Amino acid sequence: MTMKHYWWKILAILLILYGIIAGLLGPVPALPIVHETIRNVYFHVPMWFTMFTLYLVSVIYSIKYLSSNNPHHDLVAVESVNVGVVFCTFGLLTGMAWANFTWGAPWPNDPKLNGSAIATLMYLAYLVLRNALEEEQKRAKISAIYNVFAFPIMIVLMYILPKTTDSLHPGAGGNSGFSQFDLDGAMKIVLRPTSVGWILLGIWIMTLRFRIRKLEYQNHTVSE
Amino acid sequence: MSLLKEVGSLIQKDIILEWRSKYALNGILLYVVSTVFVCYQAFKSVDPTTWNVLFWIIMLFASVNAINKSFVQESQNRQLYYYTIAGPKAIILSKIGYNVLIMLLLSAIAFTAYAVIFGTPVGDLILYLLAVVLGAVSFAAVFTMVSGIAAKAGNNSTLMAVLSFPIIIPLLIILIRLSKNAMLGLDWSVSYPELLVLAAINVITVTISLSLFPYLWRD
Repeated sequence: MTMKHYWWKILAILLILYGIIAGLLGPVPALPIVHETIRNVYFHVPMWFTMFTLYLVSVIYSIKYLSSNNPHHDLVAVESVNVGVVFCTFGLLTGMAWANFTWGAPWPNDPKLNGSAIATLMYLAYLVLRNALEEEQKRAKISAIYNVFAFPIMIVLMYILPKTTDSLHPGAGGNSGFSQFDLDGAMKIVLRPTSVGWILLGIWIMTLRFRIRKLEYQNHTVSE
Repeated sequence: MSLLKEVGSLIQKDIILEWRSKYALNGILLYVVSTVFVCYQAFKSVDPTTWNVLFWIIMLFASVNAINKSFVQESQNRQLYYYTIAGPKAIILSKIGYNVLIMLLLSAIAFTAYAVIFGTPVGDLILYLLAVVLGAVSFAAVFTMVSGIAAKAGNNSTLMAVLSFPIIIPLLIILIRLSKNAMLGLDWSVSYPELLVLAAINVITVTISLSLFPYLWRD
């Protein structure tokens, strides 16, 4: 394997390391209530970016599967959801830790939080649906259909509904995001690269899992 | 045959089939009325917020039960026959259309029974009824496709609930918000965003159902 193939994996590690070091040591605006927990932005936000990217990859591969019937496309779709659910869990956990410090409770009844939890249920339902189907081709096809059907609803739940109502969460319910406090752009230069790093890491894990599944699939078909 | 004509005759077929057995119709009727009555026995009297939410929860469970059956009523062989004479678009549109009719009937019965037993603490009855009608149409649009998916997966009702509840929640939240505005008798302009989001979700669901069903129907 040449450098051409894995440069982005090195980049992912470097960007995440940069995010951890600069995120913990770099300058941040001094704000009431939030104080130093603002550094959680560097960890909480990239989790959701990564989750969204993986779900997007998944829906793209589900559409590709429907038009190609290539089982590899189905494997990419399901592994993207598997890894996306993990990043979603990390997003919820980092958010809950943060909420506990700033809002006083790990799970205040907030539309952004509830929307994210329900969207997670939807993707868990996708995985349950796969378990309910025995035959491989049928499983791939029907779960791809559900995936495409669920994706726009996920966007409504996580990104549209919270904006239309009162919410504690920044960037929802008429609140502005953290960008308004980041006057000199000191946070942006950490947040953006580290987000790219985490997204690349998510895709890396997904491709690893996809390759394992592909080998299993090949073994399985050869041995029969 | 043009698409509309196909859809028309398929809906007509569904209505005639239902009218002959009246199984689903009577089942729904009994289900709704007895649920309302059980709730009445349990609650006796409710405050307006609970009144509104309880109504939508009854509607949710009644509609899941009503639409659950839309793809398994008829035998596999007969469905195969329909697929040879009509296109997949016509079939899904006719199912959505038929379910909209069923849901309108169901909501009418549910709302009447509910209003008679619990009373109506509603400020703007017209807007509330509009919310009920929109709710019926949206439930039909979403649940038809999900019941199609669940039917292909062996159609156990647990799966139908697992698949459909997360998807229906955004609709339910908006419907509860809209009907709450109606209960408070707020000006219609307050509810425009909700009406808009509802319309958008319906358009999206029907479009996606139309484009996905051709992949789903063939085994």
